[in-house]
Amino acid sequence: MTETRFDRLADARPMIECREVQKHYGDYHALRGIDLTIRAGEFFSLLGPSGCGKTTLLRTIAGFEDISSGAVLIDGKDMERVPANRRPTNMVFQSYAIFPHLSVAENVGFGLRRDPRSRVEKAAAVEEALEMVGLKGYGTRASHALSGGQRQRVALARALILKPKVLLLDEPLSALDRKMREQMQVELIKLQRQVGITFVLVTHDQEEALVMSDRIAVMFEGQIAQLDGPEALYARPTSRRVANFIGVMNFLPARVLGETGGAVQIEAPGLGRVDIPMANVSRADPGDLGPTVGFRPEAVSLVASGAQGANRVTEGVVDEVVYYGDMTYYDVRLDGSAGFDGQARPVRIAMRNVFGREVQDVGTRANVSWSPGSLVLFR
Amino acid sequence: MKGRGLRAYALVYLLFLYAPILLLPIFAFNSGTIIAFPLKSFTTEWFGQMWGNASLRRALTNSLTIAVSASILATCLGIFAARASTRFEFPGKGPIMGLIMLPLVLPEIIVSISLLVVLLSLGVKLSILTVILGHTLICMPYATVILSTAFNSLDRSLEEAAYDLGETRISAFRLVILPLVMPGIISSLLMSFTISLDEFIIAFFLAGNEPTLPTYIFSQLRFPKQIPMIMALGTVLVIMSILLLTIAEYFRRRGIAKTGAKNTGGFL
Repeated sequence: MTETRFDRLADARPMIECREVQKHYGDYHALRGIDLTIRAGEFFSLLGPSGCGKTTLLRTIAGFEDISSGAVLIDGKDMERVPANRRPTNMVFQSYAIFPHLSVAENVGFGLRRDPRSRVEKAAAVEEALEMVGLKGYGTRASHALSGGQRQRVALARALILKPKVLLLDEPLSALDRKMREQMQVELIKLQRQVGITFVLVTHDQEEALVMSDRIAVMFEGQIAQLDGPEALYARPTSRRVANFIGVMNFLPARVLGETGGAVQIEAPGLGRVDIPMANVSRADPGDLGPTVGFRPEAVSLVASGAQGANRVTEGVVDEVVYYGDMTYYDVRLDGSAGFDGQARPVRIAMRNVFGREVQDVGTRANVSWSPGSLVLFR
Repeated sequence: MKGRGLRAYALVYLLFLYAPILLLPIFAFNSGTIIAFPLKSFTTEWFGQMWGNASLRRALTNSLTIAVSASILATCLGIFAARASTRFEFPGKGPIMGLIMLPLVLPEIIVSISLLVVLLSLGVKLSILTVILGHTLICMPYATVILSTAFNSLDRSLEEAAYDLGETRISAFRLVILPLVMPGIISSLLMSFTISLDEFIIAFFLAGNEPTLPTYIFSQLRFPKQIPMIMALGTVLVIMSILLLTIAEYFRRRGIAKTGAKNTGGFL
């Protein structure tokens, strides 16, 4: 079982507090009572499918949208009637919103127009900001001649030069190609640790959220479904919906046999009887047909034979093999999995490929090893 | 074979379109008073006559005053209309925008007569001011369309970014939006200027005793003696138009180069 890593911000003061935030657009209920505290210095992500309200929530924090009811506090101050241009927040837009008629330096220094410092000091601040994002010496370039990654950096420098209390990032990496995105993820983490500013990131990419965030709020239909650290979110999703949205999870129908002390005993086709600790018991979503048990593809593995330690082994037949180079995905029909309703449900197994181990063929028999501790029960 | 046919067609088409205009300078420098071949000798007399003609100068001044005022008015109003239609949703938006565009399809003679009736019944004295108002009305649709295109092509978050960086709504508009829609504003000014300059019907009805260039030219066509001078005037106007167009295109291209956008269309 994965444990949550050391929480570096356990004692941090609250930076953003949302209290019962509601937002209506006419008949459309965009935010349905958001209660949320983001801590100072935190890298926080709002994660969800499009239309879940994550961008709306970010824009209410920025001050671009009024809230219908509730309150938004930044660093303890109520932000009602504080317009966006006087909030201690700055934003990196999804399109970057680089001013095309201005040079890189003019873009970065845009927010300093009302700064009383001298021109020389401002120029130094711009150069410093550019250096921070790795664009030293780019000041005189025309902003429209930049690549996507460079525009992203200019947008970051332009927002950070004002030393905001909170930096808001609206899907900042979605326009970049995969390599560039992965590189920027790491750079954003480093940058955030370096400047110590609270970052709030909106993304629909669960991997991005897991990589970068201290904590993640998963949103569906204007509500927060789960708020947790990346490990807890991945290992112990509190609902099937969250489990489905973050990574891949196998689901099997289960029958609850009873509760014994700190565990729930269930029976699932292919797995037999298992005790599931209370910590791994989550609620089912409306519309679920009875309890289900779930586990991640990498929590199970194919083994040569025999149970090891606490792991149990179930036999099955390989149904499908998908080879990815570093990984192979197997779909395996567990023996006895057509239990309750006669419907076969192959489970997906992710195996890291190791040199010297052959990829198994479709139709061969396999031994599937799994640990009862990795199962999550939704009921 | 097919290509040759099309080429010939294009050639004839262009000839039909521009040959008459080419005749203007030819007869403007011809010393004969009758507009016919063969040409007589070379002269600049008609240009001198034109320059010395007080009522022509008056018509020109009137036309320029009207065209400049109407184009500025129409463009300013067009900026409001374009901004409102591209940026905000409000009740009655469709009908309001439709009413702004209506003069585009209404016969000008109807517009002129109804304006005349209204102005007279209100007791307004006809002057170049009434022509300015009439021309503003018919230039508005063009200005609104040109400017809406310019505003529409802007990323909405540009303005939000400026606001987010501490500017007010007004200074964000001035610092970011205005420079970026400037090519559109210049296009709108030039378009309105051109429309107003050669507009006849409204000027004819609403100018009272004041001549504008088109009404003056029309009035002079009755006198055969004046026709060579009108040819000279036409030559000057053609040269001015080409000059204006070149300037406009220069600014448009510079604007595009500055923002790095793609060059889509334009005049030339």
